Amino acid sequence: MNAALLLLADSRLPAGGHGHSGGAEEAVRIGAIRDLAGLAAFLRGRLATAGLVTAALAAAACRLGVSPPAAADVSEWTRLDAEADARISSPAQREASRTQGRLLLRTSRRIWPSPVLDTLAGALSQGAHHPLALGAVAAVAGCSPAEAALAAAYTSVTGPATAAVRLLGLDPVAVHRVLADLAPAMEKVAATVPTGWEALPAHASPALDLLAEHHIRADMRLFVS
Amino acid sequence: MRARAAIATRRDAAGRTVLATMRSGPPLTLRATAPGRVHLVSTAAGPLGGDDLALDIEVAPGTELEVRSVASTLVLPGPAGAESLMTITARVGAGASLSFAPEPTVLAAGCLHRMVVRLDLAEDARVHWREEIVFGRYGERPGRCHSRFDAVLGGVPLLRQEFVVGDAEIDGSPAVYGDARCVGSVLVTGRAPEAVVGQGWAVLPLAGPATLVSALGRDAVELRRRLGHGEEAGTGRR
Repeated sequence: MNAALLLLADSRLPAGGHGHSGGAEEAVRIGAIRDLAGLAAFLRGRLATAGLVTAALAAAACRLGVSPPAAADVSEWTRLDAEADARISSPAQREASRTQGRLLLRTSRRIWPSPVLDTLAGALSQGAHHPLALGAVAAVAGCSPAEAALAAAYTSVTGPATAAVRLLGLDPVAVHRVLADLAPAMEKVAATVPTGWEALPAHASPALDLLAEHHIRADMRLFVS
Repeated sequence: MRARAAIATRRDAAGRTVLATMRSGPPLTLRATAPGRVHLVSTAAGPLGGDDLALDIEVAPGTELEVRSVASTLVLPGPAGAESLMTITARVGAGASLSFAPEPTVLAAGCLHRMVVRLDLAEDARVHWREEIVFGRYGERPGRCHSRFDAVLGGVPLLRQEFVVGDAEIDGSPAVYGDARCVGSVLVTGRAPEAVVGQGWAVLPLAGPATLVSALGRDAVELRRRLGHGEEAGTGRR
């Protein structure tokens, strides 16, 4: 266990994560989440699909981040980024992922300056996908790939949960109870051991894709995604 | 039951597509129904748990192939809860075109099914690939299914997509299928200029040079209609 992991997963890390609801805002707007039970079902499904994919990519990025500079060159980061691209069908979600990745990398290069982060930022001028940035920053901060995966799994549900508290006026304690109940599932998701990048999980969440594309076209939005 | 079926095309001297290989592997039985068109005819129930079925498709450079099926595929449980497996591999060569649009896969109660698709496209190959999964027959709770689709274009990953059905964490989640009982998608080469979204369907330009039409539906008819709306909106054809 690494104290840097706590900093990295903390919503107070000034990297703009609080501006994203991960589809929760649109789900609330259309009535797909109305109450605590609806939120719990949303978060469980999100963790088992998008959360699993993002955790696996973060672990792969962390492993790449700790490898010797010669092995973690621009082409390898670009190749891993293409694996992320192939797993995110929705352009709105790809954009949200790159926006979050770009902000996380910008912030983290000041907190944990490292040539690894410089290489990653240089490799992907449009912004690295969020799990890549998260994994690379985790590596630089001294976290293990499993810890990077856990941070990714954790943030895949805590952001939407916090958003739902604000949007529906849910009891924050009850929502944290839901998150605590998800803790074993987060650990399970983070423990998935990938063999190669091609075989990394690619679990789709078609409803999240639809929510993201509707959300980006909505007139009134509190959250970026 | 273990079965292997294969289709391969070849370009004849006049530049027309000829079916060079048509090897049925019952229950995967193939019928040529038109020039460059093959229908899958299931000649046995299933797949049943324990079955290991595979179809290999090779579309030679400059040829065109359409694959259809005469009926939906009903996946049934087998003895001792064994898993059934359906593997489809397809390679589409330079300047070649493949349209793969079988009828839906229906997951009967108690089934345990795995679907694996590997699609390898040359850079200028064209593809139209439809996948539809129906969660049980009318009023039936589905068994379990895990599908994995991997499309690679010119050696670069284009789309990797897995669907899991029958998992308590995923079924009914408003993040995954909501109250839908069917999920489907159509992968088409060529990038739509922008995303389009409708009731239960979306046209999603991928990062690579292709478009995914994605849809959810309460039943197979609604799913097909929504995929059709998406194809129309995204590619101007259906």
